[in-house]
Amino acid sequence: MKRALPILAVLVVLLAAIAVANPLFLEPAGFLAFLKRAAPLVILAAGQYFVIVSGEFDLSVGSLVTAEVVIAARLIDGDESATWPVLALLIVVGLFVGLVNGVVTTKLRVPSFIVTLGMLLVLRGAVFLWTGGAPRGALSEGFRVFGRGGLGPMPWSVLILLAVGAAAIWLMRADFGRTLIATGDNERAAALSGVRVGRAKIFAFMLSGLAAAVAAILLGGFAGVSAQAGQGLEFSAITAVVLGGVVVGGGRGSVPAAMAGAFTLEALFTLLNLYGISGALEFTVQGVIIIAAVAAGAIRLPRKFTPRRGDAHAAS
Amino acid sequence: MPRHKAAVAVFAALVLAGCTTDKPAATTRPAAPATSAQGSGTGTQSKFFVQADFDAQLAMRSQTPQGPTDKPWEQAIAPKMTDTAKYKKDGPYHLCFSNAAVDNPWRQVGWKTMQAEVGLHKEIGKFTALDAEGKDDKQISDIAELQAKGCDALIVSPNTTATLTPAVTAACGKVPVIVFDRGVQTDCPVTFIKPIGGYAFGADAAEFLVEKVPAGGKVLALRILPGVDVLETRWSAAKVVFDKSQLKVVGVEFTDGDAAKTKSIVSDYIQRYGKIDGVWMDSGATAVAAIEAFEDAGVPVPPINGEDQQDFLQKWKDAGLTAVAPTYPTYQWRTPIIAALKILKGEEVPKMWNLPQPKVTSENLSTYLKPNMPPLHYALCGCEDLPGFPETWGGKKS
Repeated sequence: MKRALPILAVLVVLLAAIAVANPLFLEPAGFLAFLKRAAPLVILAAGQYFVIVSGEFDLSVGSLVTAEVVIAARLIDGDESATWPVLALLIVVGLFVGLVNGVVTTKLRVPSFIVTLGMLLVLRGAVFLWTGGAPRGALSEGFRVFGRGGLGPMPWSVLILLAVGAAAIWLMRADFGRTLIATGDNERAAALSGVRVGRAKIFAFMLSGLAAAVAAILLGGFAGVSAQAGQGLEFSAITAVVLGGVVVGGGRGSVPAAMAGAFTLEALFTLLNLYGISGALEFTVQGVIIIAAVAAGAIRLPRKFTPRRGDAHAAS
Repeated sequence: MPRHKAAVAVFAALVLAGCTTDKPAATTRPAAPATSAQGSGTGTQSKFFVQADFDAQLAMRSQTPQGPTDKPWEQAIAPKMTDTAKYKKDGPYHLCFSNAAVDNPWRQVGWKTMQAEVGLHKEIGKFTALDAEGKDDKQISDIAELQAKGCDALIVSPNTTATLTPAVTAACGKVPVIVFDRGVQTDCPVTFIKPIGGYAFGADAAEFLVEKVPAGGKVLALRILPGVDVLETRWSAAKVVFDKSQLKVVGVEFTDGDAAKTKSIVSDYIQRYGKIDGVWMDSGATAVAAIEAFEDAGVPVPPINGEDQQDFLQKWKDAGLTAVAPTYPTYQWRTPIIAALKILKGEEVPKMWNLPQPKVTSENLSTYLKPNMPPLHYALCGCEDLPGFPETWGGKKS
């Protein structure tokens, strides 16, 4: 939790700045609208965290989101009764894409940024081929409820976000979390001490695919059918994770910090927009953040030589 | 540690690559409201703005087109005919088409309509089409490749205006060239086919808002991306109209045509200004997302313009909106085929073939809203009498 403190401080400052620019933000409705909009990115960041902390990348999540939204629209085609089966199918597709990414990365030993970059292109091409660039069909009202509606004043997307966050924290506190961090920290050492490195990584990719499916359900619900639903989301998710202090290369960082990173990024975009600066600067800001965060991570690297709690455990 | 260093390097490279392959869409606004020199907040005028064209297009809106009234794709406004006798030859003909892309529903509907039009003519022996997938460089090589295929006539729908001009100029020397949709900066094509144009579209929408929004009202302008002439002229005409009005343009934003981004931008503006009194759009593709932003914020939807897309027309009818839909009719995809055949038969064609550009209003809304067509279908496809309708266009037989 200590690692999340710096990013939480930045987040609080940004939220305060937004509140100054727009007092409406302090009211529940304004703040909930912010949470609702941030939810897909935060969920994606949680998924991306599992992959990054295990020492890999998942660049395919953006096009997976697009593919899921397009598939949902085509299969539902405005038919309310198709909503739940299609929702289930979307989850299965997300898990399957993650499984493929994971298996190719671990069993065929292809670096994950190549595998997922390939997956990005495969999905983008498949969507284009299937739709010809113009998605067909329509989402049902029942589907859109998750992105637009709410339980009383509480948007569904915020409730789903809370559930995903709780599940992610629980997973990281369970044996799986320790295994994953050990894998990312030193794959060889972890393997020698009996960790099934490949299996842990495959699970991480599947969780990322699952997160993309959930994010797609929320995004499709929020904005409707679009062939650009997930454009650029992979970079936003990775930016959010490194912003949360998770070390690229794996082994260090916490999931609450990664999710706080996503909130911070979304708050930053909101703030830029409130001050009338948007568009290209968003990309620039994202780029600067990634470079700065990774550089900061690299500077801290020598600490690896100093004994840490984990090392002491291993030695005892 | 080399593993980490390598990861850092590769990662930085990937991020850079990701940024540079993005469309040039996301740019900062020409002028933020606070720093704008003009009080109206519309920023500086586009370099694409030509006063004479603007005046001509606005005048064309009230002129009566020549030709059959039930076939607007064969009509022409104030045509100046050009002689084509030197291109006369016997059929069957080989027509070629260099398409900018089929990457949006408007182009999808148009492309299907064009193919159906080709099917109507027995004298077309062969129809070769290449899709440039939205890339200028691919379209330049496509045009060169098509010249080598022995085409009798070449139809071009340019991806971008300035970049494609030399390629079209080069082709003009070899085959009769027909340009439609977006323009090029040369008059070498035998004919250039377009609806009245972007100025008329932009002005129609802006004039509607000036009429419906009370003086001093706050208008948000949503654009897709800069640098495409048909889109630049839409905004530059709206700017002229807004500058003369009492309305305040509080923001001019690029949406990339992305529904989620549009919805977020509109939500932000509603939060920031408390109330937005009108929404101007350079295309209606994301109009429904903009409307939903008002619905989700629990405030009334202000006067807005969209396009002739079914989902917008449906929303308009269901929610009883104050709306207008200037169009950029997809029936213009039929005209290049008709023009090519006229040219090859030696019949004269208009040098500038200006098609009528109807406007969907609350009075004629019900004639354009077709319940059995998909949400992203464009009503003015002129395709109802073509073989394969409505299934080919994704519709269901009623």
